[in-house]
Amino acid sequence: MISEPALDRLSAMFQGPDVTGTRYQLISVLGRGGMGVVYLARDTVLEREVALKIVERPSDEANEARILARLEHPGIVPVHDFGELPDGRLFYAMKRVRGDRLDRWMATERDLAQRLGVFLRVCETIAFAHAHGVIHRDLKPENVMVGEFGEVLVLDWGVARLPNAEGGSGIAGAIVGTPDYMAPEQARGDAGVDHRVDVFALGAMLESIASSAAPVLAIARKARSAEAAARYQDVQALAADVSRFLAGRAVEAHRERLIDRLSRFGRRYRLPILLVLTYLVVRLLFLWLMRI
Amino acid sequence: MSHDRFSPSDCSKRVRIGLFMSAFPATRHSIVAAMRSTRPDERRSAFDALVTAYWKPVFKYVRLKWHASPEDAADLTQGFFTRAFEKDFFAGFDSSRARFRTFLRTCLDGFVANARKADARLKRGGAVTLIPIDFGEAERELRHQAGNLVDDFDAYFHREWLRSLFACAADRLRTACMARGRADRFAVFEQYDLAPEDGDRPSYAELARRLGLSATDVTNELAAARREFRRLVLEALREQCATDEEFEAESRALTG
Repeated sequence: MISEPALDRLSAMFQGPDVTGTRYQLISVLGRGGMGVVYLARDTVLEREVALKIVERPSDEANEARILARLEHPGIVPVHDFGELPDGRLFYAMKRVRGDRLDRWMATERDLAQRLGVFLRVCETIAFAHAHGVIHRDLKPENVMVGEFGEVLVLDWGVARLPNAEGGSGIAGAIVGTPDYMAPEQARGDAGVDHRVDVFALGAMLESIASSAAPVLAIARKARSAEAAARYQDVQALAADVSRFLAGRAVEAHRERLIDRLSRFGRRYRLPILLVLTYLVVRLLFLWLMRI
Repeated sequence: MSHDRFSPSDCSKRVRIGLFMSAFPATRHSIVAAMRSTRPDERRSAFDALVTAYWKPVFKYVRLKWHASPEDAADLTQGFFTRAFEKDFFAGFDSSRARFRTFLRTCLDGFVANARKADARLKRGGAVTLIPIDFGEAERELRHQAGNLVDDFDAYFHREWLRSLFACAADRLRTACMARGRADRFAVFEQYDLAPEDGDRPSYAELARRLGLSATDVTNELAAARREFRRLVLEALREQCATDEEFEAESRALTG
């Protein structure tokens, strides 16, 4: 007879992946996505917690692991280990990042500068990936983690692609991504999409995390133009415009009215203006007193 | 003979004393579909496989839900399967409307209710052909299940069906391991995953010592046995589903 505990044990065998023979013990599910499931696991050799990702389609897993191994950057979670489960699925272990997903992080009170600071860190990471020929293709707040110490990490490179060796900048493949963050050419499944699909997604992210200021909204709209040629042509250009806004300078994407320009000038040079005004008032007061 | 531990050889024996003493064909297709076959031998084989998969859940369900004595439950279980075969109960199954398991249970409830009404007549006429199934084993299992307090009979029937499904997959695993000369593989699986109580489970090191293997061999054999067990469970599940869609739904329910 199969006893009650044995029945529970065998049922559990079907509920989660079988990690027998690996150095990991599963603890809980951290997250589920279209490409696989990420578990919180314990590395029994090094006695530490890791994030263990397992996907149904081995080619995707191998793809992501290869890409992550290629990209060593503070904004990208490092891969510790890679292997095959008894059932043939592949897994890899990553550093466990403690913190909040960006969409949840934004749910608490954050000022515009904090939000844009995080956004610029995401831009730095994606610019680094692009410099290494990698396109993420599924950027969204849910795939960004803000760590306990302010670190910003871009996650889920499962659908990222390297450009074709022969085709240079072109990439081919099925339609992947998340509708609200997907460039039109990506949604159509065009073969010739390039890094500007990530510029589009960053624009959509920017709009969702910081749309209260008109210049920021203009930057976001330019980044998510329907035509790739009308967007910022690379992530650095997008980040530079956001940085200009943070520094109180004019942004490329936003044509200012005179009143807006004066207002921005006033905000940027508030202290010198106050000093000059104070000097003038004191001077006038002094002259008036001298006449008396 | 101890009944505290699962004994695959017993399961195998019980399988073979089903309705028609015939093994299911080596090529495994849906037994639900095969029951509609126009070939009598194929239909009988399919029905035999169905009885193998369901007799124990049916017996226990009748015992608990219908408060039948062990003898009455045995009679009703045999009567149900015999009548189902004679009257082609399951020909009317429509996989788009329900799971086969649910359909079978509905048929069973109807059968038991009618049998209770006709109890006196049945005793007089003896219309039910008895089938030799080891109900004593099922009764002993019932006594092992603490309390037997069941308030959701749908869930109870599902759990007993799952127990039967796993038991027969374990039996197939044992047969396959023995045929390939991998007795250690099944021994590791039996002692680790089929251990009756969690406290009885040996550590990998203890298993290695018992079986004269290295700890690495134990984990490798256990991984291989589990992989094969999963495959055999899904194979048995496929046989019990009428369509690919039903199989997909059932396997999704199993794998969570």
